[in-house]
Amino acid sequence: MAQVSQKIRISVGLGACGIAAGAQKTLSALEEAIAARALDVDLSITGCMGMCYREPLVEVRAPGKPGVVYMEILPERVPRLLDEAVAKGQLIQEWVATGDDGGGSEQAFLARQKRIVLRNCGHINPEEIDEYLAAGGYQALRKVLSGMSREQVIEEVKRSGLRGRGGAGFPTGQKWEFCAKAPGTEKYIICNADEGDPGAFMDRSVLESDPHSVLEGMVIAGYAIGSNHGYIYCRAEYPIAIHRLNIAIAQAEKKGYLGERILGKDFSFHITIKEGAGAFVCGEETALMASIEGKRGMPRLRPPFPAISGLWKKPTNINNVETFANVPWIITNGGAAYAAMGTEKSKGTKVFALAGKVRRGGLVEVPMGMTLRQVVEEVGGGILGGRKLKGVQMGGPSGGCIPESLADTPIDYDSITKTGAIMGSGGMVVIDDSTCMVDVARFFLDFTQKESCGKCTFCRVGTRRMLEILQRITEGQGREGDIETLEALAKNIKRGSLCGLGQTAPNPVLTTIRYFRDEYEAHIKEKRCPAKACRKLITYRVIAEKCPGCGVCLKVCPVKAIRGDKKVPHVIDPAICTRCGLCMDKCKLKAIEII
Amino acid sequence: MTECACAQRLLAQDVDLTQVDKVIAAHGSDSGALIPVLQKVQDALGWLPKAAMDRIAAGLRVPASNVYGVATFYAQFRLKPVGKYIIKVCHGTACHVAGATKITEAFERELSVKDGETTADRMFTLESVACLGCCSLAPVAMVQKEAHGRLTGDKVAKVLAEYRKADGGK
Ligand SMILES: Cc1cc2nc3c(=O)[nH]c(=O)nc-3n(C[C@H](O)[C@H](O)[C@H](O)COP(=O)(O)O)c2cc1C
Ligand code: FES
Repeated sequence: MAQVSQKIRISVGLGACGIAAGAQKTLSALEEAIAARALDVDLSITGCMGMCYREPLVEVRAPGKPGVVYMEILPERVPRLLDEAVAKGQLIQEWVATGDDGGGSEQAFLARQKRIVLRNCGHINPEEIDEYLAAGGYQALRKVLSGMSREQVIEEVKRSGLRGRGGAGFPTGQKWEFCAKAPGTEKYIICNADEGDPGAFMDRSVLESDPHSVLEGMVIAGYAIGSNHGYIYCRAEYPIAIHRLNIAIAQAEKKGYLGERILGKDFSFHITIKEGAGAFVCGEETALMASIEGKRGMPRLRPPFPAISGLWKKPTNINNVETFANVPWIITNGGAAYAAMGTEKSKGTKVFALAGKVRRGGLVEVPMGMTLRQVVEEVGGGILGGRKLKGVQMGGPSGGCIPESLADTPIDYDSITKTGAIMGSGGMVVIDDSTCMVDVARFFLDFTQKESCGKCTFCRVGTRRMLEILQRITEGQGREGDIETLEALAKNIKRGSLCGLGQTAPNPVLTTIRYFRDEYEAHIKEKRCPAKACRKLITYRVIAEKCPGCGVCLKVCPVKAIRGDKKVPHVIDPAICTRCGLCMDKCKLKAIEII
Repeated sequence: MTECACAQRLLAQDVDLTQVDKVIAAHGSDSGALIPVLQKVQDALGWLPKAAMDRIAAGLRVPASNVYGVATFYAQFRLKPVGKYIIKVCHGTACHVAGATKITEAFERELSVKDGETTADRMFTLESVACLGCCSLAPVAMVQKEAHGRLTGDKVAKVLAEYRKADGGK
């Protein structure tokens, strides 16, 4: 890190979002330009800095000084960045995303956050174990192995009040204790990195940006429970995370933090990575274990719980990525320090993938107890394009939509559950008034319906029936009584399903009916979509006063639904129009509207 | 599988089973090896031809029905050959509310295929996936490993043109 070097350090944020925004090209441009200028600097990579909406991000840090994060650094910005910010040490004010010194407009994005899980994300190079060590890494493991008993470790985790971050919020210390006390000598630790919620990327970012913190948490859990082998079950769609985990495991083994006789003590622990193969239900713990065993990922009835009979029928402790990443901090700083944050029953912090119609989308970590509104407005900077907040979707397909009227709900397990949504693993999608809530419900049902493993009839067939009804409603074919049928189906699916997938699948529908019933009724009774989002219920129209008859839309229309002579306002034929929206995208004069 | 059986037979002749054998040998008879073996074989061949699945069944000594059952359970496994470039249009929550449906339709229009299909010239395969993890760039599509963010129906043609050009102006 900075202390081992007296050079200026330039780090490029190479998380998946940075790479998507072109950070790899930025890195190459920097390499070339640094060589051309013969600058004596450290060029490094780092993980996700959290400000995904400003990618690609590049941090410039002079020795002994706080770093300055520059935003949207594409190759064309590289020469000026090197000439001014690096060579001359000047600040390029208009490119600053934020500085540790508090400068910059995006200060609020970080000021309201509390970074424990993300403590190293965006600061260290995730492919260099030395940087993790310099940031205090593996100190917790050292502390554990040089004098703490297994019971003391579990006690410390219990004291922290940490609850599982994978969704259900089960107390972690208690789970460890069950497994530690379970009879048997061969036990397993599993890290659930399947991250199935289709609007969430917390776990991926942690694995890409700070893989050692997860490994360290797993080794500590292994010691506490008496296990010598761990598995990380990671989504196959996360190639960068898997790549960095492999590097981290190799480096940790080499330095003696993993493998045989860790730190010379009488304790060994090995970690194997298993790639998922694209099934949402495999995030469920019993399905996940079936998948590791090479079978179809079908959940089974519990009990027996994994703590008694899990992987290969041995006692198994399974936790989420974020849960493990909290552990080293708790051991180092003490459970009490962790429990000092948050609310009475929800301690510590929670990481969210903030996305949707919010100005500053990205990876955020806030203390429990902060309200949803604070997250959206203060951390997220409010709604994009000056539109209105309509609600917040939490917990993905198992969760629900919390309306704006309840935006002052504090973020803790119990308060969120009371709204009908769930805390979930951390997906938080902000919804504005241009989004149709019936369509959102249909979207999630479509997802769970496809992902149902098919074992329970209610889940397999019931979700299908619900989807058909929602489909009809959004197409203007809704009928009197549809809402009641949806509610009845929901109740039976919840009751008749074996695993969490079916038990929670109706939640997005139930919460939208509960809070946005008027939108359902507008679709059913008036055949109208208030958000103007449902295709079959809208019409594209040319605003004659604004249309100079330039012919652009006419040419772009793939079905030739637009007619009109040059210099005369054009007309769209609704009978031919497929509502693809291409004309609206193309019209620079904004002369096309949806009615 | 419902495609024409003679096409299967034709394709089966092209399958390089020595690659399959190599993967099986590397994994030995590990318990739980089936999924990793299928993944590696698909990496090597691009998809899972029936001949390869039969070979895996024999090599790992599991019933062919198990292999087929697992291969059809997981979305990752492809039972049909794919194009040179795989286009994954994100249909995660953020991309959905940002208009992912229109993006898929634009690709369908430009390529004259439906979602899940491959173009006749075997250049492109169009797929839908859930969350690519760059939600702040929604709507997003990934071509091979390259993500394209903030797409519009209009930009889709430009993205495709890039790859066609890179491939020799086809
Ligand atoms: C359908 C379904 C999907 C799930 N997906 C995930 C997931 O992607 N990641 C995760 O950590 N937990 C997921 N879970 C929860 C796990 O079953 C399990 O409770 C969790 O991994 C326990 O870890 P924790 O105590 O640290 O939260 C899912 C549960 C269900 C029912
Ligand atoms: S929803 Fe598309 S990238 Fe996350």
